[in-house]
Formats: sequence, structure tokens, C-alpha cells
Amino acid sequence: MKIGVFICHCGENISRTVDCPRVAETCEKIPGVEFSIDYKYMCSDPGQKLIKDAVEIHKLDAIVVGSCSPNMHERTFRSAAVAAGINPFLVEIANLREHCSWVHEDVESATQKAIELVRMAVEKVKRDKPLSKIKVPVTKRVLVIGGGIAGIQAALDVANAGYDVVLVEKEPSIGGHMSQLSETFPTLDCSQCILTPRMVEVNQHPRIKLLTYSEVEKIEGFIGNFKATIRKKARHINEDICSGCGQCVSKCPIKKKAFSSFEEGLAYRPAVYIPFPQAVPNIPVIDESVCTYYRNGKCGMCVKACDRQAIDFDQKDTMMVADVGAVIVATGYKLYSIGKQPLGSKYKGYGEYGYGKYKDVIDGLQFERIASASGPTSGEIKRPSDGKEPKKIVFIQCVGSRDPAKGISYCSKICCMYTAKQAMLFRHKVHDGEAYVFYMDIRAGGKMYEEFVRRAIEEDHVNYIRGRVSRIYEENGKYIVKGEDTIAGVPVNIDADMVVLASAMIPHDNAPGLAQKVGIPYDKYGFYNESHPKLKPVESTTAGVFLAGACNAPRDIPESVAMASAAASKAIILFSSDSLEREPVVARVNEDLCAGCFYCRKVCPFGAVEVRDIKDMNGVVYKEVAYINQGVCQGCGTCTATCLSKSIELAGFNNEEIFAEIAAL
Amino acid sequence: MDNKEKHIENGWEPKIVAFVCNWCTYAGADLAGTSRLKYPANMKIIRVMCSGAVDPVFILKAFERGADGVLVSGCHPNDCHYNAGNFHARRRWDLFHALLDFAGIEKERLQFSWISASEGKKFADVVTKITNDIKMIGPFKGYQEMNRQFTTEFPEQEKEKLVQQCTEAEAVNG
Amino acid sequence: MADAGLTYGYFPGCSQKGSAREYEMSLLKVAGKLGIDLKEIDDWSCCGATSAHATNHRLANALAMRNMLLAEQQGLETLVAPCAACFNRLITTKAECRNHPESKKDVEELLSASVSNTTSILNVIDLFDKASNGLIGSGRVRDMKGLKAACYYGCLLVRPPELIDTDDSEQPDSMERIVKATGADVVEWNYRTECCGAAHSISRRDIVVDLSKRIIDDALMHGANVIIVACPMCHTNLDMRQRVMRRMYPSHKEIPVLYLTELIGLSLGFTESELGIDLHYIRFNMPNEIMNQTAQA
Repeated sequence: MKIGVFICHCGENISRTVDCPRVAETCEKIPGVEFSIDYKYMCSDPGQKLIKDAVEIHKLDAIVVGSCSPNMHERTFRSAAVAAGINPFLVEIANLREHCSWVHEDVESATQKAIELVRMAVEKVKRDKPLSKIKVPVTKRVLVIGGGIAGIQAALDVANAGYDVVLVEKEPSIGGHMSQLSETFPTLDCSQCILTPRMVEVNQHPRIKLLTYSEVEKIEGFIGNFKATIRKKARHINEDICSGCGQCVSKCPIKKKAFSSFEEGLAYRPAVYIPFPQAVPNIPVIDESVCTYYRNGKCGMCVKACDRQAIDFDQKDTMMVADVGAVIVATGYKLYSIGKQPLGSKYKGYGEYGYGKYKDVIDGLQFERIASASGPTSGEIKRPSDGKEPKKIVFIQCVGSRDPAKGISYCSKICCMYTAKQAMLFRHKVHDGEAYVFYMDIRAGGKMYEEFVRRAIEEDHVNYIRGRVSRIYEENGKYIVKGEDTIAGVPVNIDADMVVLASAMIPHDNAPGLAQKVGIPYDKYGFYNESHPKLKPVESTTAGVFLAGACNAPRDIPESVAMASAAASKAIILFSSDSLEREPVVARVNEDLCAGCFYCRKVCPFGAVEVRDIKDMNGVVYKEVAYINQGVCQGCGTCTATCLSKSIELAGFNNEEIFAEIAAL
Repeated sequence: MDNKEKHIENGWEPKIVAFVCNWCTYAGADLAGTSRLKYPANMKIIRVMCSGAVDPVFILKAFERGADGVLVSGCHPNDCHYNAGNFHARRRWDLFHALLDFAGIEKERLQFSWISASEGKKFADVVTKITNDIKMIGPFKGYQEMNRQFTTEFPEQEKEKLVQQCTEAEAVNG
Repeated sequence: MADAGLTYGYFPGCSQKGSAREYEMSLLKVAGKLGIDLKEIDDWSCCGATSAHATNHRLANALAMRNMLLAEQQGLETLVAPCAACFNRLITTKAECRNHPESKKDVEELLSASVSNTTSILNVIDLFDKASNGLIGSGRVRDMKGLKAACYYGCLLVRPPELIDTDDSEQPDSMERIVKATGADVVEWNYRTECCGAAHSISRRDIVVDLSKRIIDDALMHGANVIIVACPMCHTNLDMRQRVMRRMYPSHKEIPVLYLTELIGLSLGFTESELGIDLHYIRFNMPNEIMNQTAQA
């Protein structure tokens, strides 16, 4: 092998402390080096031409450039090599600037070190193998998991870019928590009014396949080539026939057996129900657990009511498979269980606030339903216990959030804003009402957010008390809220008619389960981890899986939407060519040597190691070996260090190459 | 005057090898350069993709090839570019470090450190520290010596015999 | 928790031998009837609850650990501490020595002995919680129906929350379960875990009287005719202080305060004097329905 060595002066940046001509001269004597030269600016056009010409004249097979950090110009010199007809992976950089000339003062020792660095690079390049970029085909379809505002936005963006979308929602309708909200901060525009058109657009979009009342069972494959198995739960309604007239719903005799989860338990729903009037799709679901038919085979009122014979009691769950190239996870959040500590939960609960015990101590989402024009009280503020209008409401912020003693140390971010909004709505609807807010700090970072909170305080005269509440109890029909005003330094007792707890946003109970199916990491709370907290906020660490909305961390609507559009554009970028190209730095197993211990499988952070059967001539499996999926491997090399039989090699960094570098010391 | 000081007086300079990950420590070393921080020229860096890929054999090879000290450095915990590689590195290093200690090799010869891409100063400090540490301990010939003995003083048949004995002992014990 | 036929270590603590003599009387009677063998540990000492834990942390730990060590040395794996303050001191020290090896070492040096720190600590609720499912029910000769009990936990019995995994520190219900097993009704009320002021029992009686009165008033307001406690200090404050309350607040309405063990004892057929109920300041009158029932039996 003929190697060319090119030593760059980098103006004077290298040559000031490193005697470049001497380095070039000395390195020419290293066995294998055919040609060696130093030049003022190797990265410049003439410098690159120098390399190209030298390759042609001296018939070089590989080159070593002693220059700045590979993070600066590795790409430049690799392109120069390609232009000269050399494989780009037969180029090694000796870092003579950042790691040598800039950090040392003594010319002699710096020059000596530079020579050694070049020698190490020469020894490595001798053992380098030509590599070519890996091409992976791409299925241009996106799976969006979760049909809240984030999922809706992501699905619409991808679909409008001209790619197919499969949108999976576990509830009977899309819309998520946003569809439950009354008005939104800081503009006080009606949540339904801005959301419903988007929901309809999703349903009518020719490129979006909407699967409601469905859940992802498993996801296999890798970037560009995922295979998702989806369980479509039995609605017991034939979706193709149903017209959504709602006759079955109104005829269902089961009126008071099941609470509506859309109304947050503040109202009942029948056994056959449409979660809310604007539901998309507008098709009911039969709840087997309360329906009389499933108990004794009788009733059938809905069957009689339906003039299209759409009721199908025998309908079963069905499985379907979707091939997709990217996955956008937008599964959202739920609220902290603020009542008595549920057994086995990692959170302590707030027994002292009596949630679940006192009917008029409610959480933020319940207040949204009470304030919503389409809610159980038609938007009039009424107490759940007796339907009377409350005159005094206490809002408590940070219930769960920022309270490590109860299990959560993070800030839920949206509560300061929605509490201000709810207190404001209450003051707008009940003019002689008094609103109190207990807060720890006001965190109103966001466009028009601080102004909004000030408006609540100054124009709507909401009483803000800085301090925590220690206990709530009922006395003579009032809720005594015992707290502390830490600014005045006095204990406060407020006899309220209703209490609203701004409880923390937490991930869904099954968030870790879904994460394991999709293959993405999550934090100790169950929020999905982004790949980089600053520079890759919507990428998961698994290539081809993106995150949007509150499944990643507490988010408000504009942030969720922005994340969703970002995730969608990441997916679209992925689809911009027919196949993916990626660096060939991946691990490969030598199947003859592999003993099949699969330690590599245990340490691989990406699940790239698969099991491959090795068969004899008769097709009988005689051993199992590890196989590394080239599409999934990210090239960290942890498996190579773990492998007992040293049968795994990381391309570009194999043991032989590294030993050569060590030997050259 | 003890040996160590003699070495320093003789102008002996230690040889140190660093195995650093591509994403954090290599970039941290680059930053030390761009910040024009100064540190001794004794260390040479070998770049790997992740500290998790640093095989203990690399370290032994380095000692065998005359290194007086070895540094392994990667991203801080939870910052690993590959999520968990540095955790594997840490576990492996913990064991291996104890093993070196057990074998009578000075602990300071092998050092481990988390250096992020933004810690150019820390990189310079770590290099300075390990260089000074190794200068204090003096040159390391032990492993080379042992390796030489094993290859020259044990003829091939002897070696086979030794292996045979070990295998038999294993069979008896276990 | 408790199983008949097992031997438990019994750590009385100072009050069981003095101001809360009836607590011990009733506990031993009830345990005997239910076949729970309580063996008083030999040579027990102060648990460190009074002033030690506030003035000398090391001493407080050493005192608590000393008693657990005695149990260990006397072959008793489980230690029953009926006093809520003793219970709290023992579990707190146990946890500290488990989580901080240096504290454990310190205690061991002070005691000149090595400690395995494996003794499990039960309060009276733990002891009877499981027994209430079967034992109390089957041994019950009186149905305590007619009693409307306000179960008062006080500040120590179910705290600190990080060490209590058997009940919710803010909304406990384990005592209610036991009380219901005797046939008595429980009332919903608000001051179940509020402070009775015991820490100031001697230095600031005025504070104590007010705090205790609030507890009593709330129980009365919610329809209780008896308050059930499982802590000698709670009992002292709620029972004895009612005389002062009556002097300070002429309109004060009295309510008897029983130990949980006394209530269980009544349902198991013991007489009031056997259980020491006649030692209380506020007289407990058995409701007529229960009296009649006894006559029939």
C-alpha cells in the first residue's frame, strides 16, 4: 500500500510550534509512506489539488493529512480523496492543531508529538478498509400514535406534504385533552372552535388513515422500515354502515351506570355512547362492561333503534399491520392522581386535600368541563355536589408538581397559566364571586403570558396568595382551606364553596409499556426522552422515531403544535430521498467466530443485535449467532468491547486498527 | 534521592495514551485547543466512537507497548451520544481498575474521567494531572517485563504445559 | 400483621406504667384473649421521645436502639410499641441506622454492641389491623353498635409518611377498620391527624387546651359520642384537659375518650373496670343498646 502524508501549516497556526517540514521529512521514512509533503493551507483549493495530483503521480492508495481536527475538515479531505479516486475511508487525519500546536509551547516536544501523531495515523490507515455508505430503503408513510392536538398537527403536516399517514388513537374519538378545554390562554378563544375544524380535516384527508379506538401492539424494524401491528378494538358498531345519527345512544336504557371520561366523571353516559358531540369519527362505541346485552343477552334497544343494522354485538378486536418509515409519538399526558394514595403508586397523593372525598374539590380538567359551554352544566359555574353556584373558589397551584415529598420534582408548566384563566373565567361568569389562588411562584414565560396573569390580578381582581395549603376539610357545607400567606407571614383560613386543584401533568400509566414497544427510552416519570435536550428536541434516540407534545414533558398547546410540526418535518426530510444513506461506521459479526453468548445483545443501547440461525447443508440449525442490523446500529462499538470471542468489528475502528495505533506510540 | 526523582532528573518523559470518545472528550480536547490552553505534550489521543468501545485489552496493549499511563474518557453519565455506552465503560473500568490494583499496578496509571465537549479546561487539567501523577510514580516497565519474560523465557512447549496445567486445575475445581 | 400463637416483644415505654396504666391493662387483656403472646422485654429503658430527640440526637438514637437491641438479644423478632411516640422514635432510629451507616456505627459505639437492626416494629394498629378481620370478629361477645366513634390518630401514629407504608399519612383508615370490626360506627370528621399540642403539654397549657378543644369540638360536631385513640399523650390531652376546657369554656360539651384496646376489650366482653376505663377523667357510659345486649348474653 502506498500512502501519502500531507502536513498542513494552517497559515502559522500549526507551523508556529510544529516544525512542519521536519515532520514531513521524518514521516517520509515511515515504511509504507510513498510521498510526504508540507503546505501552507492544505484545505485550500491549491492544497486539495496538491493532494489530487500527488495521488495520481505517486499512485497512492491512502492518505494521511496532518492538519486541524477531523471535526473541522475530515469531510473536506475525504471529498478530495474521492475526487482523486480514493475511498473516503482510506483517509486519516492527525490532529496537529487543536491537539498539538495550540496546546503546547515547546517546539521540540510539539514537533516530536506531531511526528508520533502522524505515525499513528499512518499505521491506522494501513489497516483501514475501503467502506461505502450504507443504503437503506424508505417506506414513505408515517405512523402517528395519539390523536390529540400534537398528533393531529403532525398528521396534517405530513399528509399535506404528500405522504401517507396512519393515525392511531386509543379513545373512540380524536381530539385529546384539548377537546375538553373550555377556553384557551392567553387569548380566551374557545378550544373546540379552533380544534374541531382540524379534527374534521384529519377525518376527510385522503392521505390520512384514521384508526380510532385502536392501540399499537408492537413495532418492529428500523428507520425507514418499521412494521407496526395495531389492534383495532371492537366498537360493536359497524363503522362502514353507521351514519352517526345517535338513535342508539338516545334509546339506550343504561343511563346512570358509567361515568363519562370525557366529562371527567362529572356526568353519566349510556352504555352505547359518542364521547362528545363533535367527536371524530362520529360513531358510537358500546361499553361491554355496562351493556345489559353482554350480561344476560337481553335488551337490544339499540338494535331496534338503528335503522341501518349497524349494531354488531359479536364484533371482535381485529389486528392490522402497517408498514411505515417513521413514527411520531404524541401520546400526551394525564393528570396526577391527587386523591388518597393509590396502593402501589410511586406518588404519595394528597389525602389532606380530600380529593375524591369532597365532591366540590375538583381538578383542573374537571373545572374545564364545568366552564365549557358544551359541558355538563352548559358552561354555568355550578358545584358538582348540589348544583349551586359557588361564590368563593380557591385555586391551588402546584398540586403534585414541584413537590418531591409527593414524588414529583418537575414544574408542570401550564398550571400557572390555566389557573389564571380559570379564575378569570369564574370572575367573568360569577360577578359577585371571589377567586383565590394559592401559588408557589408564578411562571408565566411565554408570549402574552405574564400580561395575562397580571390581567387576572389587576382587572379581574383574583386574589393571589403566595403559600401552600396544608389541609382542606368540610365544615357546615363550606370547605375550609387552611394555608399560609408566606408574604404576610400569617396563616390563612378560607371558607370556600369549591376548590380547584391544579394537579401535575404526568405521563399515561402505560407510557413505559408503549416506550418498550416502540423502543424509545423514558425518564423516571415515564416521559419519553429526546435525543438531545437542545439540538434534537423532537428526535427520540431511536432513529426514525420522533416525539411531539406532552409525552415528552409538560407542554402547552402552542409548544405541542410546534413540536408536532417539527416532528412532521423531520419525517418529511427522511422521505426526501428513496433510500437513506448513512455512515458505514457500524458493527459486523464474524459468524464463524461468534459463540452465540449474546452479551452484545444485552449491552446494545439500540436493540440492533438480532439472532441468526446458522444451518448446515440439510437446513438443520446447528448454531445461533449474533447478527447486527445495519439499519439500526449506530456504531458506538460497545458490543465490540463486550464480545468475549472478539468476533465483532466496528468498521473504521476495528481492533487491528486500534492496536496499530497503539503500536505506533 | 529515590528512583522517581532520578527519572525526572534524567529528563525522562512519560508516555501516556488516552482513549477518548468521539463526541464528548475528543471535542473537549478540540476546545482546549481552540481556547489555546496549555498542557504537557506527553499524551497522545486515540479516538474511538464511544468510551463503551474501550476494550480492556486496548489498555493492556498500551501498557505492553510502553505506555506509562492510560486515560479513558467519555461523556458524562446520561450524556452519552449512544445513551448507555459510557455506563458500560464505567462498569468495565471499575472492575478492571480493581484488577490492576490487585495485580500490583499503581492505580494512578489508569485514570478515568468524564469530560464533555464544553470542558476544554477540564481536559487540560486532567492531562496535566495525569502527566504529573505518572511523573511522580516513574516509568512503567512491569508489564513489558512480564510480557517479555513470558514470550522469551517460556519456550513454546513450556507455555503449552502451563496452559494444560491451568485447564486441569479448572477442571478439578469446577 | 398479628397471628395468634406468636410471641411478640412488648415495649411498654414510660407512660404504660404511669399515666396510661389502663392502656397497658387493656392491651394485655385483649392480647391474652386473642391468643397474642406479648412478652415484655427485660430491662427496657426510655425510648428517647421526651426531650432527648430534640436536645441530643445521638442519645435519642442510642436509647431507641438500645431497646431494639434488647429485643434482638432476647430472641424477639417483632416489637410492639403501643405508645405512638415510642413507635415513632423506634422506626425513625431504625430507618436512620439503615440509611446512614455512620449513624449505625455511632450508635453501636455508644451501646458497645453490634446491632443487626432487623427488629420489626409494630404499633397497636398494625397489631390488630389483621386481627380485626377474623380474631376480633369471632371473639366478639358484644356488638358495639350505638357507639359513634371518631378515630383520632394524632401526629405520630401514621407519620413520617416516608416510613409508613401501611396507611396514608394524611387520610388514614386503618383504625377505622378495626373499630368497625367491633361493630361500632365510625364518623367522618376533619381533625383525625391534627396536632393535640402534646409537645407543649407542660410548658404551654393554654395552647394545648385550645388545640385539643378544637379536636373535640369537631368530633362532636360530626356526631361522635366517643373518641378513640392509640397514643397515651393524645389520651392525656383529650381526656384530662376537658376539665380545664370546662373551666375556660363553660359551654364545653364533654365526650369520653377510649383507647383502641379498651374498645376492643369491651367488644370481647371485658368489664369497664377490668380494662381500666373507670380510671378516665371523663366517664364513659355504655349506650343502652349495648348494655341490654350484655344483659341478654
